[in-house]
Amino acid sequence: MRPRSEFEAGGKPGLFKEGSHMELRHLPWGKIALGLGMAGLVAAHPALAQEAVTAAATAADAAATVAAEAAAPVAAAAAPVAEAAPAVPVPDKGDTAWMMVSTVLVMLMIVPGLALFYGGLVRTKNMASVLTQILGVASLAMVMWVIFGYGLSFGGDANQFVSTGKFFLAGVNADSTVATFSDGVVIPEFVFIAFQMTFSAITVALVVGGLVERMKFSALMVFAIVWLTIVYYPIAHMVWYLGGDDAATGLIFGWGALDFAGGTVVHINAGISALVGALILGKRIGYQKELIAPHSLTMTLIGTGLLWVGWFGFNAGSALEANGSAGLALINTFTATAAGVLFWMLTEKLLGHSGSLLGACSGAIAGLVAITPAAGNSGPFGGILLGAIGATAACIFVMKVKPKLGFDDSLDVFGIHGVAGIIGSIGTAFTMLTVLGGPAGDDYALWPQVWIQVKSVAVAIVWSAVGAAIAFYIAKALTGLRVSEEVEREGLDLGEHGERAYNY
Amino acid sequence: MKFIVAVIKPFKLDDVREALTALGVTGLTVTEVKGFGRQKGQTEIYRGAEYTTNMVPKVKIETAVPADLAPRAVEAIQQAAHTGAIGDGKIFIFDIAGAVRIRTGETNETAL
Repeated sequence: MRPRSEFEAGGKPGLFKEGSHMELRHLPWGKIALGLGMAGLVAAHPALAQEAVTAAATAADAAATVAAEAAAPVAAAAAPVAEAAPAVPVPDKGDTAWMMVSTVLVMLMIVPGLALFYGGLVRTKNMASVLTQILGVASLAMVMWVIFGYGLSFGGDANQFVSTGKFFLAGVNADSTVATFSDGVVIPEFVFIAFQMTFSAITVALVVGGLVERMKFSALMVFAIVWLTIVYYPIAHMVWYLGGDDAATGLIFGWGALDFAGGTVVHINAGISALVGALILGKRIGYQKELIAPHSLTMTLIGTGLLWVGWFGFNAGSALEANGSAGLALINTFTATAAGVLFWMLTEKLLGHSGSLLGACSGAIAGLVAITPAAGNSGPFGGILLGAIGATAACIFVMKVKPKLGFDDSLDVFGIHGVAGIIGSIGTAFTMLTVLGGPAGDDYALWPQVWIQVKSVAVAIVWSAVGAAIAFYIAKALTGLRVSEEVEREGLDLGEHGERAYNY
Repeated sequence: MKFIVAVIKPFKLDDVREALTALGVTGLTVTEVKGFGRQKGQTEIYRGAEYTTNMVPKVKIETAVPADLAPRAVEAIQQAAHTGAIGDGKIFIFDIAGAVRIRTGETNETAL
């Protein structure tokens, strides 16, 4: 089941050494970045372009090279593939269509989904600033992605921490493909690039939630440039990049970590970075003293719904194909989220409050976050379990622990994405179990997998915290982080952007 | 002429308006206001953060009536806005020196 990887033009074709890593056989459920498919290989050698027979011979040749170098089981596995392989794998139209839909669904999560979710939670005077910040950093991330983000994350074999090719998408054209998780199945590389682009955009946008109502727009943009470069791109590479050998495969991927749709890359990463930002920025004026209430829970509900709908693209799209694995991720995105809604409200009730709309919306997000790494690595009931535990833990953290710690992670990015993300990432090792309805094989070893997940989470936390701190201090040195006290009291809408969200 | 200002519970506005128009009161100005009296404020909780607001939302109505109509108007408001619970509101009565209808220039009671 491990995806075949064909490498970029000029690189040495090869196959991963499956035989030496039996416990890694379940990895295909993780999202994997891959080198160019056969189409890319052929395109890079124009002389071969129209010669299917020659191309097949090349593939056979490649397999022979591998066979000579690698363990015997690999040769046995590779040879039949090479003989039977069509010259150029052609993307399936169904897969391609689904991935395009998934890509724009993730876009829907950012603008307007996340923008309205966050916007509704701030005061009226800061609504336009939050909407602008989300739109601004997400757009910046998209432009950066095609310039060098994709190159650093997925641009070919280099080392375990970054790639160093395909800058400005060099060499990618409409015929380029990337392999998916099934042998011989590819999707257009442009679609893969766009899909991954939206992930980088939403992750940096998520961080905004810890910084609202007090950070300068200019400082946020500087932060986003540095943070995407030194935090997001390396972590995406470490978790999702499969290279030609261990030395070029992402560090965390190489360990065999399970992260279907981005529990570490997106949620732990954003949660930790927002926490670091909130600590460096300091509290909002009046925090825990004045009324700082959400100005529109209606907006927040609309945002929650858009996030939930978009998350089907985020999770089920991470299968990279329109197949049963995507279907599993789809149903889990329902069950875990619904459990999150119910268990957050239940926890509120048990803590002596009323079940609230804001609680329900928060629970939905916590459930979505918790199921993200497990989306295709869990059965529907494992999903319910994960959503319930993630939401309960996040609720207790946000309502009871955070007030005592006193930091102003304004919209609870750490409390929800960080806490539920860590629970989801480690919990994925458990939801894999067949006893919980998960897709583990007979040789699945639970505790070694738990250890791998814990190590992965630890690396993500440390990398993210250090990188985010560097990014915030660079922004501080260049622009200063906070708006003036006067602007903060007046509202960032007028002070930073010269407009109001509402005129009535 | 008397000027009547009443602060009432918002959901009683329609009842008060009906009672006043039945008496022949021809105009009313309504404002949404906040304030406090003996009634306690409300507690709001967002993700565990509790805020107690000591200002309660009310509706303020203002109307000018001929002096002979004033006692019945005040009584009508009092009865229509009454629930018996703390927070029903208050009615204030002022003497006014004059009134002008801007369209015609009519003055005093003919302007009402």
